[in-house]
Order: sequence, then C-alpha cells, then structure tokens
Amino acid sequence: MYENHRLGLLYISPYIIGLLLFTAFPFLSSLIISFTNYDLINPPEYVGLDNYRYMMDDDTFYQSMGVTFAYVFLTIPLKLAFALFIAFVLNFKLRGIKFFRTAYYIPSILGSSVAIAVLWRAIFSLDGLLNNFLGIFGVEAISWLGEPVFAMFSVTLLRVWQFGSAMVIFLAALQSVPQSQYEAALIDGASKWQMFTKITVPLITPVIFFNFIMQTTQAFQEFTAPYVITGGGPAKSTYLFSLYIYETAFKYFDLGYGSALAWVLFLAVAVFTAISFKSSKYWVFYSGDKGGK
Amino acid sequence: MMNKVFPNKAALSADLKNNPMLRAEIRKQRVGASIRYIILLFFGLVMLYPLFWMFSAAFKPNHEIFSSLSLWPKEFSLDGFINGWNTGTEYTFGRFFLNTLYYVVPKVILTVISSVIVAYGFARFEIPFKKFWFVTLVATILLPTSVLLIPQYLMFREMGMLDSYLPLYLPMAFATQGFFVFMLIQFLRGLPTDMEEAAQIDGCNSYQLLWYIVVPMLKPAIISVALFQFMWSVNDFLGPLIYISSVEKYPIALALKLSIDVTEGTQWNEILAMASIAIVPSIVVFLIAQNYFVEGISSGGVKG
Repeated sequence: MYENHRLGLLYISPYIIGLLLFTAFPFLSSLIISFTNYDLINPPEYVGLDNYRYMMDDDTFYQSMGVTFAYVFLTIPLKLAFALFIAFVLNFKLRGIKFFRTAYYIPSILGSSVAIAVLWRAIFSLDGLLNNFLGIFGVEAISWLGEPVFAMFSVTLLRVWQFGSAMVIFLAALQSVPQSQYEAALIDGASKWQMFTKITVPLITPVIFFNFIMQTTQAFQEFTAPYVITGGGPAKSTYLFSLYIYETAFKYFDLGYGSALAWVLFLAVAVFTAISFKSSKYWVFYSGDKGGK
Repeated sequence: MMNKVFPNKAALSADLKNNPMLRAEIRKQRVGASIRYIILLFFGLVMLYPLFWMFSAAFKPNHEIFSSLSLWPKEFSLDGFINGWNTGTEYTFGRFFLNTLYYVVPKVILTVISSVIVAYGFARFEIPFKKFWFVTLVATILLPTSVLLIPQYLMFREMGMLDSYLPLYLPMAFATQGFFVFMLIQFLRGLPTDMEEAAQIDGCNSYQLLWYIVVPMLKPAIISVALFQFMWSVNDFLGPLIYISSVEKYPIALALKLSIDVTEGTQWNEILAMASIAIVPSIVVFLIAQNYFVEGISSGGVKG
C-alpha cells in the first residue's frame, strides 16, 4: 500500500534485529559450539568433529532419537484422527455445540503446564486414579510409569488429550466446506461416509497439512511432560531428545556435546519437514486461488 | 429429495401422519443426533473427569484421595490448601504466583506491541527483500527452539542476566515469536484498506494510521495474541528452569516441580491443591474470552 521502502523497513526493524540477535546468531553459534568442548568454566576448546564422532557410538543418543520418533509417530496420527473425528461429530447442527467445543478445548489450554503433568503423575502412579478405577473391574494394579511400554503410553496420552486446538481448526475448516458440494453428492446418491472421504477430506487437506506440520514440530520438542511425569525413565524409555539436550547442557554442563545434539535434532526435524512439504504436493489440494502458492 | 433430508417443519406436519418414509427419515435423524450426543458426552466426560477429580482431591484428606473415585469428598478438608500454600520453603505460594506475573505481564505487553508494529510493516508496506523476510518468519515458527537454547543462555550469561526474568521476556520486544506476527499479518490482510486511504488523504502519517485506525480494527486479533501469549507463558517450564535458579524467584511452574520432588509424591492433597490453584487463572481467562481463542486459532490456521 505504501511505496516508502525506508518506512517499511523501519516498521519491521524490531523483527530484523530480533531475528539476527536472538535467532540467526544463536543458530550459527550453536553450530560452532558443537565443534568445541565447553563446560562454562574453562574456555571452549576446538575439537573438530569429535562430538559428532562420539555421538555415533553413544547408545543414549540412539535410544533418545528412537524414543522421540516413536513418540511423534504415536501421538500425531492419534491426535489428528481424534481431532478430526470430534470436529466431524460437532459439525452437525447440534444444540450445545459451543459448550462441547469449550469443554474439548480446555485441555489444550492447560495441557503443557506443570500442573497437568503433576496431575498425570497422580493418575498413572501405582496407587493412582487409573489403577483405582481398573480395580473396580478386578484388574490388578499396573505399574503405568514403571514399565517402559506403559510409561510411553502414559506420556503419549497427555499429548493426545490436548487435541482441542487441532479440533477447533478442523471445525472451522469443516464449516467452510460449501453446502452445495454435499447437496450435489446427495443427489448422486452418495453415502455419508463417501461424502466424508470424497468431499470433506480432500477439501480440508490444506488444514490437515497445517495441523500436521504444527503438531509435529511441537511434538519433536516436547519437554515438560516426560521431564515431570517420568523424568525420562524407566530405563530411558521416555527420554525424549529435548530431555537429553537439556541434561547434557544444563545438568552435566557439556555445552559442546549438547549443541551437537541440538543440531542433529534440528537436521532431523528439517529433513522430516522437507519430506512432508514435498509429499504435500501429492495429497494436499489447494482449491484455485485460495491460499497456497 | 432435499426435503426429506432437511425437512422444513411447516410443510412437514401435514405430511407426517400419512408418509411413512418421511417418518422413518426423521427417526433416523433423531437417532443420529442422539448417537452424536452420546459420543460427545462420553469423550467429554472421560477428558474432563481428571480435572474435576483434581479439584475435588484438593479438598480431600490425603488418605482419601486414592481410596475412592468419588468427586465428592467424604471428609471435607482444607489441609491441602493450607499446607500447600505455605509450601516447604520459606515463601508462600502467593509469592510464586506474583513471581510468575513479573515476567508474564511484560512478556504479553512486549509481544503485543512489537508484533503489531512488525505485522503492520509487513502487511502495508513495500519492503526490500520482503519475500525473504517473510520466509524467515515462517521458518522461525518451524525451527526447533532447542537449537537456540545453549547460545542464548551463554548470551544472557555474558550480559549478567542469569537468575533474572529478563531472558524470559526481553526477546519478546523484538517480535521473536513469528506465530503471532504471522497471525496478525493474516488478520490485517483480510481488513479493507479504504479507511486508511481516506485518512491518508486527510493528511495522517503512518504512525497516526497505525494508532488511530489499524489498532482499533485489529483489536480482536490483538486480544487473541495477548491471551495465547498469557497462556503459553504461564505454562512455560523450560525457560524458567534454565534461567531462574533461586527459590525466591521461582514461578509457579518451578514451585510445583519442587514440591513434587520434595515430597516424592506423598502429600498428594497439597500438590493437587496447588496444581488446582495454578490452573484456575487460565481456566477463568479462557472461559471469559474463549471466542478470542477460537477466532485466533482458526483464522491463523485456516487462512494459513
């Protein structure tokens, strides 16, 4: 709207300064630090690729990476499928839609807090709420946080529980699907399921993709829940990568190795995101001029 | 054909008695609606039960918490709140509450101001290399923050800001959370510019346009940004964990973690009482302003 270049630059200058100072500079610095040994006390010492070489033989690295991918691949499909399912159910002209939308959204608002992680511990601990509930049916107490598989399940469930924000986005997308499309399909004798898979889903693929990208980038960085609920255990079964980075850098003060780990996580996420964007060409449909480019 | 599926009531009543097909169709719709309600109620209950249970457990004596599933305490007790509020430290929980506000409030204010200014620049001005800047904006949203954590820590250490709240909110003065800028840009692009053009002809400069015309129109989006930032900052745990080391400066998040570590999960009534208190502000803010959350998140999402 305005032609004045200098004025425009002035307005976005806070962003440019912030980008350089708090993003670009730290981003490159961490790469440099990853080639050093640095413990905060002695000056950093250049060690070349040693940190990366060490990583190749580091069992914890493989364990942590594997657990992180397992966590992402478990939570994201479950969470998105559930979010879409509930949005689909809500998208009928029902009375009380607003009430349900609110109720389902609340966990997303609170979910990442320590308070909820604490609650999760109370639910899944050995004498906790869940075992009490199962006890009614004569199920013997299960060590939810003491068995690797169950511990992963408990932590995963907390993220799936927060499906509300994805659901709200899906719901808005569903509501914007033109009614005429359904009417046309109805005349052609399509069933409800066919309408859903052949009309609804293709039309909202951009939103599915958006939710997928946002949710995966967050899931790769999950920290609070495993740190508070299980501390990464048992036997490092919930030791997500951000826990490993945090403990390496801020508990053992091995900042060089911590930076190397962080860079590998960054590369893994970057490759994953790049593949997602490439694949989106084949399954995401942008209708005409709306969005996408 | 259409009428059968979306029947209109007036035409219906006459037809109803003598048209078995129509009646069957209506029954089918009613059954469909009830199934939907049952699904929604069931999952709603399963999801919210833990929260209700936490609130009720806070009023139970410790020995009752895990011995019954009931939401109503058999023995009503405020011990959890009293002991929890006093905490195991020399400070009360109120102190930790205030500490949280000390950085959440500046964080919200700085985020709003800087994001609005930058979004205005992006949405309304020709800027050299605009595409490039915009791409970096989206890239920062997707960038895992752990890759920035260590150097940022070293920077703030160099500036002598460790164990203060500055590292938690200072970066917000520079619109560092791309998500909010992005959300505001999307909103601004959807607004008509004729008011601004008229004001410009009347001799307003761009600051006046921003303050007197754009900001009032942006109000709903600004409220969304403020609310999201409030929630995220209150919930943030990793930031305070890295930067705040003395207990007197602990925010709620660290205080809760401390209490569960200290008691090793034995004094559940205290812990759950404080956890309940910790989330009450968020729930109240959300219930008052839920439309802004829904609008904010769906406009950012769908248009993006």
